[in-house]
Order: sequence, then C-alpha cells, then structure tokens
Amino acid sequence: MSNLDAARFQMAYSLFFHMMFAALGVGMPLLMVIAEGLYLRTRKDTYRRLAKTWAKATGLLFAIGAVSGTALSFELGLLWPSFMEFAGSAIGPAFTLEGYAFFLEAIFLGLYLYGWDRLSPRGHWLTGVGIAFSGAMSSVLVTATNAWMQNPVGVETLVNDPANVDPWNMLFFGNSTWPLMAIHSTIATLAAVGFAVAGVYAWQMLKGKRDEIRKHGLTIAMAVGTIAAITMPLTGDLSAKVLAKNQPAKFAAMEALFETRKGAPLLVGGVPNVETGEISYGIEIPYALSFLAHGDFTSEVMGLDQVPRDQWANVPLVHYSFQIMVGAGVVMMLVGLYYAWLRWKRPDQILQSRRLHWILLLSSPLGYLALQTGWIVSEVGRQPWIVWEVMTTASAVTPSPGLMTSVIGFTTLYTLLAVVLVFLLRRLRHVQ
Amino acid sequence: MNTWLGLDPILAVGAVILLAILAYAVLGGADFGGGIWDLLATGPRREQHRLAIAKAMGPVWEANHVWIIFILVILFTVFPPAFKSLSIAFFGLFHFVLVGIVLRGAAFVFRANAETTSPSWRLWTQIFGAASLITPFLLGMAVGAVSGGGIRVSPAGVVTINAAQTWFSPVTIGIGLLTVALSAYLAAVYLTVETRGEMQEDFRKRSLWAGSVMFALAAILLPLIPTGSPHLWEHMASPLSAPPMVLGVLLAIVSALSVYRRNYGLARFAAVAQVLVILGGWAFGHWPYIIYPDVTAYNSATAIPAIRFLLNTLPFGLALLIPALWLLFKVFKGEHPQAETK
Ligand code: HDD
Ligand code: HEM
Ligand code: HEM
Repeated sequence: MSNLDAARFQMAYSLFFHMMFAALGVGMPLLMVIAEGLYLRTRKDTYRRLAKTWAKATGLLFAIGAVSGTALSFELGLLWPSFMEFAGSAIGPAFTLEGYAFFLEAIFLGLYLYGWDRLSPRGHWLTGVGIAFSGAMSSVLVTATNAWMQNPVGVETLVNDPANVDPWNMLFFGNSTWPLMAIHSTIATLAAVGFAVAGVYAWQMLKGKRDEIRKHGLTIAMAVGTIAAITMPLTGDLSAKVLAKNQPAKFAAMEALFETRKGAPLLVGGVPNVETGEISYGIEIPYALSFLAHGDFTSEVMGLDQVPRDQWANVPLVHYSFQIMVGAGVVMMLVGLYYAWLRWKRPDQILQSRRLHWILLLSSPLGYLALQTGWIVSEVGRQPWIVWEVMTTASAVTPSPGLMTSVIGFTTLYTLLAVVLVFLLRRLRHVQ
Repeated sequence: MNTWLGLDPILAVGAVILLAILAYAVLGGADFGGGIWDLLATGPRREQHRLAIAKAMGPVWEANHVWIIFILVILFTVFPPAFKSLSIAFFGLFHFVLVGIVLRGAAFVFRANAETTSPSWRLWTQIFGAASLITPFLLGMAVGAVSGGGIRVSPAGVVTINAAQTWFSPVTIGIGLLTVALSAYLAAVYLTVETRGEMQEDFRKRSLWAGSVMFALAAILLPLIPTGSPHLWEHMASPLSAPPMVLGVLLAIVSALSVYRRNYGLARFAAVAQVLVILGGWAFGHWPYIIYPDVTAYNSATAIPAIRFLLNTLPFGLALLIPALWLLFKVFKGEHPQAETK
C-alpha cells in the first residue's frame, strides 16, 4: 500500500469509528433529556430509570467518542501535514468554536453522570439540556470545516492576500455548503440514534419482554427517529441542489451521469461502467434529475464528460453509496410514518404488534447505514481533491515512513475496542 | 504588524497557549498521576485506593482532557507551518500518545462496570495504569525535544531529526521522567485533600515519595541542561530568571513540608503554584521558539485574520466556559468531596 492509500484508509477508518460514537453523543443526550423531562412532569419512575440507564450507556460511549475525536485532531496533522499547513488557518476558526462546544459538553456530561444526588432535579435536567445542546453545536460547527473543504470560499484571498481573509464569511455565512450540511448531517445523527435505540427495544419485545419501561423507551426513541427521518429527504433534496451548483463533478459521479444533458433523467439503481460510460440494470425517471438539481425539468445537468478523466472520483462507490443513503432514507421515512399512524390509531399495538417490532428491528441499522454512506458520498466524492479543485489529496499526505504500522495498529485497536464495547453494552440492564 | 487591543497579537496567542498548557498540566496532569497511583496501588487498601482515584477522576477527566485539544487547535490555526513540522517530527511519538490517550480513556470507563474481584477489572486496571504512565512521559519528551535543538526544519519545510540529540538525549528523557513524577506528585497531593483517615495517610506517604523522586530528578537534570539544551540554559543563567527559579524551589519546599505537616490545603496550593512556575519558566525560556532553533512563533504565524478571530472569540468562549468549569469543580471538588457520597 502506498503512503497515500494507507493514510486515506486510516483517516476513513478513524472517521467511521468516531462517527459511530459522535452520533450517539448528539442523539443519546436528547433521549435522556426527554425521558428525564417526562419524569419531572409525570413523576413516573420508569422515566427516571430510562434516563439513568441511557446515561450509563452514554457514559461509556461518550468516552470512546471523545478519545477517538482527540485522535482525529492529531491525525489531521499526522496524516495530512501539508493540508494543515495550507488550510489550518482557514478551518481552524471553526475548530476553535467547536472546542468550546466540546468543553461544555464534557463539563455538562460530568455533572450529569455523577450529579444525580448532588444537584436539584431541575438543575440536573438542565445539565442534560446543556449536553444535548452543546453536542448538536459540536456537530453544526465541525461540519463547517468539512464544508470549507468541499466549497473553499475565499481561497484566492487566502493565497494571494491573506491579510484580508474573513473567517466568518469563508466558513459560515458566505459558504452555501455549510448550512445544509450542518442541518442535514446533524439531524441525520438523531435519525440514526432514534432508529438504533428503537431497534434494541423492538428486539427485546420480540423476545417477550413487553413492559412499561421498554414501551416508553421505544416511544421516545421513535418520536425522535420519526421526526428526524421525515425531514431527511427534504434537507437532502436541498443539499443536492447546493451540491449541483457547488460541486457539479461530484454530483455527476453521485448520479453516475456520464453525459451532460438537458432534461436529464434520474437514475435509480444501476451499475455504472466507468470504461464505457454505460449503465446496466438501472431505471430511469425522465427529466427528474434536471428537476432535482435545478428545480427545472429541462435544465442542463453537467455530466462526467466535462470533468477530466483523472479528476473523477470513484464513480461506482459514490453512486452506490448515494443510492443506499437515499434508499435507506425513504424506507426510514415510511417506517416512521407507519409507526406514527399506528401510534395514533391503535396505541395498544405499540407493545403488541409483532409486525411493528420486526419492521423496527430490521430498519434499526438503516440510520447508521445512511449516515456512513452519506459521508462516503461527501468524502470519496470529493476525491481526488482534499480541498475542492485547489489541493489534491496526494499532495497533502505525510512523507513519514511507518504509516503501515500505524494503520494496522489503529485498525486493530479500534476493532478491539468496538468488540469490548458491544460485549459490555449487551450486559447492560435497566437501572432500578 | 497589526496590534490587538494594543498588544502584539502573536504574543497574546502565546499567552493563551501557555494558559492552556498550564491548565492541562495541573488538571490533566493530575488525572495521569491518578492513573499512575492506580497502577502502583499496593497494600491492604489497594482496591479502596483505586476506587477513590476513580471517584476523584470520574466527573472531571473528560473536561480536563479537552485542554490538549484546545492547544492543538490553536497551534494549527495560528501556527500552521509549525503544526506541520511538529506532526512530521513527532509522527511516531504522537501516534504512541494517541494510543495512550485512547486506551486510557477506554480502559477507565470499561473498568467502571466491572467488579473489583473480576479478571476484567485487573486487565483494565493494568491498561489504564500503563497508559497513564507512558502518555505523560511521552508528552514530557515532546517538550524536551522541541527545546533540545535536535529537530531541524529547512526553509523549504523539510524536517530532519538528530535522534541522539532528540529521543536519546538525557535531557529529553529526564524531562519525560520529571513530567511523570510531577503528575504523580500532584495527584497524590490532591488525593490527600479528598480522602480521610487511613487513606489520607497512604496518600500522604505517596506524596512524600513522589516529591522525593521529583527533587532527585530535578537535581540530576539541572547539570545536564547546559550541554543538553544550551538554549534553555542560556535563559536560566540570565539574572532575570533567578527570581522565578528561586520561587519555584521555595514552592516545592513549602508544598513538601506542608504534606509532611499534614497541612494538605496549603500543600495543594503550593504544589499547583510550583507546577505553574516550573512550566511558566520553561515557556519563558523557550519563547519565541516553537521548535528551537528554526521555527518561531513569529516566522510561522499565519496572517492576522485567523489570529484576530481566535482572540476576539476567546472572551465569549471563556464567558461560557469559566462558569461551567466553576460549577463542575464546586459540585465535585468542594469540601470533603468523597466524604458524603454513597
Ligand atoms: C440518517 C442518515 C441520512 C439519511 C436518511 C439521508 N442522508 Fe443524505 N447525508 C447524510 C445522512 C443521511 C450524511 C451522512 O449526514 C451526509 C454526509 C455529509 C453531510 O452533510 O451529510 C449526507 C449527505 C448528503 C448529500 C451530499 C452532500 C455533500 O456531499 O455535500 C446529499 C445530496 C444527500 N445527503 C441527499 C439525501 C437525500 C436526497 C436523502 C433522501 C432520503 C438523504 N440524503 C437521506
Ligand atoms: C461530522 C462529523 C463530526 C461530528 C458530528 C462530530 C461530533 C462530535 C461529538 C458530538 C463529540 C462529543 C463526544 C461524543 O459524543 O462521543 C465529538 C468529540 C470529538 N470530536 Fe468529533 N465530530 C465530527 C468529526 C470530527 C472531526 C473531523 C474531528 C477532528 C479532526 C473531530 C474531533 C473531535 C474531538 C477532538 C472530540 C473530543 C472532544 C472531547 O474530548 O470531549 N470530530 N465529536
Ligand atoms: C466534519 C469533519 C470532517 C473533516 C474535517 C474531514 C476531513 C477529511 C480529510 C482531511 C480526509 C483525508 C483526505 C482525503 O481523502 O481527501 C478525509 C477523508 C475521508 N473522510 Fe472525512 N472528514 C470529516 C468528516 C467525515 C465523516 C464523518 C466521515 C465518515 C463517517 C468521513 C469519511 C471519510 C472518508 C471515507 C475519507 C476517505 C476518502 C478517500 O480517500 O477516498 N469524513 N476526510
């Protein structure tokens, strides 16, 4: 493996690993806060037990998220030193603000996890709100760094006239990629966590454990999961429109559109052949792509033919990943709607319906699947650029020898940690 | 150069980094030290020690640890070329630090769910302890290495390392060991404040041990500095640095004596002050270098806007952070923190 491939692999593996926990770091606090808030209102003990149980799991998961995030901050430099030299001062401001969010999140987490007996009930609940809020802010702020890599606003100024760059404009207010990325990816974490947690309870119900606490657990998780899942196609559609404007080459790879066309059709499924530029086994929906990209059925959509061949991303991977995200998103939305309908019309079925439990169990990994495949679209679709059309990934990689060792080391370490975690979480029981 | 509120902005950023390093040393350092005592726990109250350490660290360690992220972020935001050179020079060292940080945090929370008699408790205890010992050693070595002059950065940014002068230099290794001893000392002194009865006596003994090791290491290290790290020595030998050095020694003596006389509140105060003075002294000696002799804060600083951004947002960030930190420490580190909990 070349240094470049090794570094890409290590970065990707670390980010996937971090993302698993980061999503929980955004989603779990919200679930805890809802459960504890319901306890404060209704004084039903099951809600308190739920909040405490979730807090126990979160304590474990959050620590892994925090240390893997710390590892990432080092890895940015260790793996991509020239990128950080070039872009450090551009993306640093977002990381600085994010640092405050991390700090608050860690502080409130300490207060929340260890403060059950030391704070007033309301005060304790408020520290939970603090975690949920700063967790969401972490996500919103860190995506600004990624948004700048996708859409490097102000890069000419950065290179030619650095004394006049405007960080607020580059990263946030002048960067049209950021707001949608922030919203779509932050809500994605909630959808992923809501469905994953609901799946755990559905599974237990299938095994016959149908009690009050599991019913409340499932209800809270699905409330969050459903609301989040319904908004995903909306924000995703807006993201696609921004993408078509800011990164047409990535958009073309994602849709496997080899030829520039007016009134372009939307491809559903399909196996793209990069050599011949042909698609097999796909279904085409006439004019839909033009509409999705630009809001006009006859508009022209740029294809890969306008992108130099050596600047194509990995078209099949990006295309399949996009299809998986969208497919998962549509299924999740339907499942959410079915659940909401059932809960509205026949609330007794929430505990009883085996069909519902099977559906929830089977769809529980979909949120995470969409989360990770979505990031593949974003990140692999950005290739060969580390900073879109400015700096290539190959030119940013570290010259240090020994990358293979670190790749093997980190892969093993993270895999072992994941195994232990699964083992520990399986032993977790509801707190009395 | 532009100014910020009439100050030299680069100097202001340097001060911010120094404050973050100091906070990390007295807070994060003590967490590492706690892990070291966890590893070295012996005697009949061994598991009680471990539980006391876990209880002391539990609520605060994640917050204490964010300081290092902060340092890193400021470094790459304001001094990108220096960050690049550090990342290349410390490619191996930082990877080991990362393994240490990851394993330490993971083992700490994994262990919290185990029974003290189970084999998994023993396994996680060993991993947690070993990582807590090695990580501060490596971080201390990094501090020694950037002042030692063995890392050279050409004007084109090519990094070359003289291994003998960097990794195997007695000064680098000595600073690593001293960092370990300081962490252990801080933790033991903090724990005397947090515990009562026999446990308190145990940690008093451990403070005295760690203090003696610290004095011994400092005594061995001092004569090595003129040859191992001439640039630091130049500064230490100047008359201006005499008062802080004397102060540092005095504080070390005061804190050790207070431990001996069981005046733990004063001991904690003096121990913290001592670390601040020692590290502050190193920082003043090192400034304006980031990597001696080629990379300085001034020749690697980015253009003014990112610096301004950092400094302008700082007061707002601190306005959120300081009350939150205050609350955290008040709730968990007030009077008799371990006396009343169940
Ligand atoms: C639960 C997760 C989830 C779900 C259900 C969806 N997405 Fe998504 N999507 C993400 C999770 C995600 C993500 C992982 O969070 C990404 C990666 C980068 C980002 O900002 O969000 C993403 C990126 C992303 C992008 C690329 C943005 C870029 O590269 O800049 C587009 C165009 C869409 N999404 C579109 C959609 C559509 C049309 C969906 C319809 C159902 C959809 N997403 C569902
Ligand atoms: C979209 C992507 C990301 C999201 C949503 C995200 C979110 C989060 C969240 C919520 C946490 C809190 C800890 C936890 O919940 O487990 C966290 C921790 C952390 N993340 Fe990420 N993160 C992302 C990407 C990154 C990247 C790319 C980096 C660095 C290069 C990074 C650096 C960190 C650090 C340093 C921490 C530790 C903070 C602490 O000690 O509390 N994150 N992240
Ligand atoms: C929000 C903060 C993020 C930042 C700053 C960031 C930064 C980077 C960097 C510097 C690289 C290496 C250079 C390159 O390959 O172009 C990279 C690659 C990659 N990232 Fe991200 N990333 C972020 C979020 C994520 C998340 C959350 C995921 C997945 C869960 C992810 C998945 C990947 C993958 C798969 C690659 C490898 C792409 C390839 O080389 O083909 N990224 N990212």
